[in-house]
Amino acid sequence: MTDASTTAANRGYDGPPDYRVLGRHAVFPETSHDEIERINFLAQMNRHLAANVVPGVRAAYDREVAPAFLQREGRPITNRHEARKALLANPSFAFWSALRRMTMEQRQQAGRWTAIRQRERLAAIAADLIRDDDRLALDPTLAVPRYVSAVDHHCMPGSYHHEAFPGDVVNGANYDHAGFVTTAGLLGKYSDGGGHAVVRWVRRNLPDFAPKTILEIGGTVGHSSLPIAQAWPEAQMTIVDLGAPVLRYGLARAKSLGVDNVRFVQANGEDLSRYPDASFDWIQTTMFLHELSTTALANIFRETRRLLRPGGIVLHVEQPQYTAEMPLFEQAMRDWDAFYNNEPFWSRMHEMDLDQAMVDAGFAREDLIHGGVTGVVDKELFPDAAQDETEDFGRKAAWHVIGARIS
Amino acid sequence: MSLPDAIAEAGAKPAGKRPFFLDAEIESVLAITMAVAQELAVTRQRADTLERLLEAKGVLTRAEIESFRPDADAATTRALANQEYIARILRIVQQRNEANLAPDDIGSEDVGDELGAGN
Repeated sequence: MTDASTTAANRGYDGPPDYRVLGRHAVFPETSHDEIERINFLAQMNRHLAANVVPGVRAAYDREVAPAFLQREGRPITNRHEARKALLANPSFAFWSALRRMTMEQRQQAGRWTAIRQRERLAAIAADLIRDDDRLALDPTLAVPRYVSAVDHHCMPGSYHHEAFPGDVVNGANYDHAGFVTTAGLLGKYSDGGGHAVVRWVRRNLPDFAPKTILEIGGTVGHSSLPIAQAWPEAQMTIVDLGAPVLRYGLARAKSLGVDNVRFVQANGEDLSRYPDASFDWIQTTMFLHELSTTALANIFRETRRLLRPGGIVLHVEQPQYTAEMPLFEQAMRDWDAFYNNEPFWSRMHEMDLDQAMVDAGFAREDLIHGGVTGVVDKELFPDAAQDETEDFGRKAAWHVIGARIS
Repeated sequence: MSLPDAIAEAGAKPAGKRPFFLDAEIESVLAITMAVAQELAVTRQRADTLERLLEAKGVLTRAEIESFRPDADAATTRALANQEYIARILRIVQQRNEANLAPDDIGSEDVGDELGAGN
């Protein structure tokens, strides 16, 4: 038998790995042959759209959309909203958009099918793992804010918080096991390539940093948190999120994976008054800021400043901000998820002056941190985002880091 | 048992009004087509799985599949199956062609008016 990855490399294969290379844990849903192949197909669909269809959209923009705008308006397109609205009337963009939207809908349907059909079993497994464990603190009275309840982010029905019955973990299980469709393996075996990237970045850039208490806000099932907890085993890591299903699932997943220095707390990151000032050495968010609101982001930045200990760091990992240097076509394509994939704050968040927002929250400008990271994965099995030439706008595992280290 | 729940809920609409990029009817047909395309991909992978397992167990080799020649009777059966399949999925084209040749065709609603008018 030839090793599959060697064969793939020899044949010039460039795309998502087979879903079966993913790591499993106790609360990971069982997946039948055909359920796996549905996910494989959808991952390849996203790959195909990004690699083979988007170039046609780009050509249509350059050759048809932008020139037609210039002729009609007597001036070039000046911002990403004009670019997007002009693209909407173009058949190449419209057809790509329709396919991209329905691929996401098919992904949600596929993932929900698998999770819902076994939801009693998954809930029982989770319940066994987390029973009487004080590392799970749920708050059934917690209000779900408008920026989460108004539309379901990335078309995920019920978002992170809906539960069909007490103890339900379906929305955690769906989010965890079928996210592969969107990330196409770029986040690695446990969908944790973002967390490993942050660990590597901190070790390289802050080699003296030895946190004892770490907080991740909006950490869902702990994808990005667990690598941090594992890298600093002496530290205590707290993951807060609004959604009970993802938190239940998250603790069960962590325990099954042998990560014990974590706790999962249902709370709103805007109000973490349960923790006194200067409670944490490190506060992390990962692909989280774009799911907030202007007010919530400011509130959360202020809370992070209050909660940080002297010498501590806050790090936010996000897709790149829009800049004047970024071509308008790229900006419009990156904005797609904001308008057509239920990421309503995405567009405004990515045009914010985050440095100023940090300063407004009480951080000194000279303490601000900037960097860039790409997903860190087992390259024997998974594609390397740093080497990947395909641009799946807004979804690639290549992020910016903004943060601060306070003295 | 959650199967009825899964059938009912797996395809639930997320909160948030859905954008349509094409004519809504056309985009709906495309969505159905892509879901069917997905299921065909799944079926092809399943056939590949079967072939590999059968080969691994020594039941057959995939070279035998590639060089398979149906005998005359099987070839006819398979050809008819292809014709039947194509006619089945292109039913709408057949019916539109027939309609083009029936300019005096009348709709049931109009017939209903006609049939009721004599009362």
